[in-house]
Amino acid sequence: MAQQDISFSDTAVRGLPSVEQNSWALWGTVLFLAVAIALPFFLRSFVVFQLTLAMIYAIAIIGLVLLTGINGQFSLGHSAFFGIGAYTAAVLMDQFGVSFYWTLPVAGVVCFVFGFLFGLPALRLEGIYLALATFALAIAMPQILKSSLFEHWTGGVQGIVLIKPDAPFGLPISSDQWLYFLTLAIGLMLAVCAMNIVNSRTGRALIAIRDNPIAARAMGIDISLYKTLAFGVSALFTGIAGALSGVAIQFVAPDSFTFNLAIGLFVGLVVGGVQSIPAALFGGLFVLFVPNIAESVSKGLAGAVYGVILILVIYMMPSGAAGLARLVADKVLMKAHRKGPR
Amino acid sequence: MSDVLLSTRNLHAFYGNLQVLHGLDFSIATGGVTTLLGANGAGKTTTLRALTGMVRTRGDIVFGGRAIGGFATEDIARLGIAHVPEGRGTFSRMTAEENLQLGAMTRGDRRGIAADIERVYAYFPRLAERKNQQAGTLSVGEQQMLAIARALMLRPKLMLLDEPSFGLAPRIVEEMFVILRRLNQEEGVALMLVEQNAALALELADQASLIETGRLVMAGPAQDIGRDENVRRAYLGY
Amino acid sequence: MDLFLHQVLAGLATGGIYACMALAIVMIYQAIDHLNFAQGEMAMFSTFIAWQLMQWGLPYWVAFVATIVISFAAGVLLEQTVLRPLHGAPVLSHIVVFIALFAILNSAAGFIWDYTVKPFPTPFGTQPLFGQGLMSAHDGGMIAVTLIILVLLYLFFRHTRIGLAMRAAAANPASARLVGIRVGWMVALGWGMAAAIGAVAGMLIAPVVFLEPNMMISILLYGFAGAVVGGLTSPLGAVIGGFSVGVIENLAGTFIPYVGREMKLTIALALIVAVLTVKPSGLLGRRVMTRV
Repeated sequence: MAQQDISFSDTAVRGLPSVEQNSWALWGTVLFLAVAIALPFFLRSFVVFQLTLAMIYAIAIIGLVLLTGINGQFSLGHSAFFGIGAYTAAVLMDQFGVSFYWTLPVAGVVCFVFGFLFGLPALRLEGIYLALATFALAIAMPQILKSSLFEHWTGGVQGIVLIKPDAPFGLPISSDQWLYFLTLAIGLMLAVCAMNIVNSRTGRALIAIRDNPIAARAMGIDISLYKTLAFGVSALFTGIAGALSGVAIQFVAPDSFTFNLAIGLFVGLVVGGVQSIPAALFGGLFVLFVPNIAESVSKGLAGAVYGVILILVIYMMPSGAAGLARLVADKVLMKAHRKGPR
Repeated sequence: MSDVLLSTRNLHAFYGNLQVLHGLDFSIATGGVTTLLGANGAGKTTTLRALTGMVRTRGDIVFGGRAIGGFATEDIARLGIAHVPEGRGTFSRMTAEENLQLGAMTRGDRRGIAADIERVYAYFPRLAERKNQQAGTLSVGEQQMLAIARALMLRPKLMLLDEPSFGLAPRIVEEMFVILRRLNQEEGVALMLVEQNAALALELADQASLIETGRLVMAGPAQDIGRDENVRRAYLGY
Repeated sequence: MDLFLHQVLAGLATGGIYACMALAIVMIYQAIDHLNFAQGEMAMFSTFIAWQLMQWGLPYWVAFVATIVISFAAGVLLEQTVLRPLHGAPVLSHIVVFIALFAILNSAAGFIWDYTVKPFPTPFGTQPLFGQGLMSAHDGGMIAVTLIILVLLYLFFRHTRIGLAMRAAAANPASARLVGIRVGWMVALGWGMAAAIGAVAGMLIAPVVFLEPNMMISILLYGFAGAVVGGLTSPLGAVIGGFSVGVIENLAGTFIPYVGREMKLTIALALIVAVLTVKPSGLLGRRVMTRV
């Protein structure tokens, strides 16, 4: 699990996408948006709620993509940032009467700071040791949230009950639908931000550090700064997701943010494809729906069914849904090329 | 010369989808010394890797009358081909002597192994002095000697050497080539040598092959190849 | 002072559990170069097998040995069937498969043997060794067995040819193949041994924490912590690490007022992270040098 052996497929080497790929991506995005906007008008409100949650997980997974896929650091502790984000929003709303919309950026900033600070000692750790440190964070978080020291704010084991905001401006949609659209908009915005980060100088520095830290240092990249920044930014994404989830579920409690959540996010990251930001959505859907599917197959053996599905997914898509999609896209494009005028 | 120990026919080799060797035919005589010349990236290392099943291959490889194409690396080693890989492949966290023990992993005769270790130490006295030292802490030259010594422990019929002189001081290189010649003559081990130092390699070898971009362009007695005008200009520098 | 000593002793007793688990973790780390998240569940499942054998009327030691043999075979089989196809896949995929195994074993155990807590017998007895409530005969026996396994492992890896071959296969698989070592089998053997050691750990731990499908989860965490603190490359380090985690946890619970008892686990983990920050490869771990 040493950092170097996280083998990544070589998007960095693949060069710029061709014109065809770009136009495909454009049409794909348009189609996705059309479907995404239409969906809540055709589905039961519970399903709308579930899709909202899936998108929220996807946002958190984007944070992991930046950290793991792009920067090559490893975290089993993102449930903690998710929890910090959720509690930041909850405490602000519950104790200080802050509007829900304002809690989102605050949760992001708070998590950025926590992530950055956590990234500092984590700098000294690599691979497996970093995994353990983040893992410790994940284990510690529910205990800290339960602690009587903070009970005054956090409500201890009881947690905090929240209220969903209604649609503003008298829009004729339910609060579930409103939250769905809000999450969709925030998710898209954050996804675009993340893609811009990846394609920027900063992104190239992060990738360089992942692929060859020694060479990166030789090129004058400040490794410590970028690695802690990556941790901070990753926590920011996950924190915003956490804040959204608190409101979507209308309840925060310490045991919602256990190691299981960290594992869930991690699984979502890998089945989606560690390097792909769009694939985070697939990850989010997987995290939310596959356990339900497993349970519907067999109540008693739900865990086992889930495990088997997971193994099959890994066998069939070793580089995640994104890898599979790329493979299919390459094949299709190849064919198109051969038939084409050239 | 004498009979054929190893021969290939139409040997192709691939890294993933990338084809590196495009149909090589060559043979190595029992007890002979063959050197493989070529520029960087011509496919020399790949050829050695193909022979020991470390890369995907197509075509025939016959060793000691047996088709070994597609065999697993460990099975090829068990048949008596010892590959001293690029970068030496030392088990750096183990002691020198443990490395030698590992070299004899395919053999069961405890007494024979102990005797062989002593015999190997006779060839490489410096290793005997350092036998309990972690291999990673040896000098580069000593590590190369250890890699050859380890290969010898297999009691190979054929030893593949990938750039043994790489990174070594000239004096050490000379010493090593003297030992290689002795191994060939006294132990009867056939050698296949990939070398940057073409002059030295041609001096040791009796047969030489020249490959360019994965294709064999010239093969013959080492002396003739060494006299060839083009080879001299390109690889010997005079 | 008396309280301090008592707490250290009690800590050593629980630390024995962690040390046992940490040893199994390091064992598999040596063989496959990954941390196996399903290891605790494998141990739990083995313990259920032992329990089942005893329910069918086998005497303790027969069941004990039979369980070790079954676990070894199951470990080898698991590697050959589930993990073999993953050969060469990214580390992250491996981890997901470990998570999957975790889910499968946990759920299957619950399905077969249900979630009620079951007592598990101890061969050492439960009478106290040093006065009330500190260390029982069972705790003592468990520590002794852990140390014996440690010695056996040391002898195996240092002084047998197959142990040498296993180390070589883990350290440098490509070179190991070149000297004719069947690396695939060495990895499978590593899994078998890890499963067997895990089975021993499970059977020793079960009398203390009682047998149920979730018995190993928190122990695995502490085991990981112990293994990492000790340095993942060193079985001795793992044992020392396991004991230290037990002692630290106990002392923190007793002596850090107010926060201590509630956040025992948190404090132990924070300390571990602190240790790692000072000494990133663990107490006895080897510093791995990377060359350009």
